[in-house]
Amino acid sequence: MGNPAFQPSHFTAVVLFALFASVVFGITQRETPRRMIRYGTYCFVLFVGSAIAISWLMFLIAR
Amino acid sequence: MATVENKNAAADSGSQPGSQAGTPSGAKAGAKSGAQEGFVYLPLIAGWLIPGAGHFLLRKWGRGALLSGSILAMFVLGLTMQGKLYSSAHEILDVLGLAGDLGNGLLYIVSQILGLGAAQAQTTLADYGTRFIVVAGLLNVIAAVDAHNLRTGRKS
Repeated sequence: MGNPAFQPSHFTAVVLFALFASVVFGITQRETPRRMIRYGTYCFVLFVGSAIAISWLMFLIAR
Repeated sequence: MATVENKNAAADSGSQPGSQAGTPSGAKAGAKSGAQEGFVYLPLIAGWLIPGAGHFLLRKWGRGALLSGSILAMFVLGLTMQGKLYSSAHEILDVLGLAGDLGNGLLYIVSQILGLGAAQAQTTLADYGTRFIVVAGLLNVIAAVDAHNLRTGRKS
């Protein structure tokens, strides 16, 4: 098995995951474009923010 | 609540509430009911087989393009990270993974035929790729159900 064609850092993977999931959540869970954008942004911030918060928590526990 | 139920029932039966002929609202509702004819599950099935196709059928071009782009990108990135495509289900976690993968519709079937994806995720990155593929499938199911809701009138 060769190296993967795409090798993102863990943080990049989190951001990409959050971006795509937030786009789908925003479009499917709200009705108006304005609310879609707001909800998508909200989901994205929560995804990335919680990943950063949990990462720091694990870092502090591991010390 | 009763209004919502009436709306849903009317949408399922292919008619709209308050669609009297001769009134502006009746004419609008009549035009809508014309668009409601046909196989009601078509956007659901099309959306499952091809990401975004359900919305394209309903002429929601922008939403369809964003959904299609997001789901396709997630699936392709998962494959390029050498994510695993579940093909058998011997354990309960494999069953869940297979169910998620099947949500990708034709993407999954074609990828299996072409032999894409790793047989086993051997690195952390490949494990991320596996999750990307599974989540792409789950998001595709959500998008297909959204297309169905648009079709039946539960969502505008």
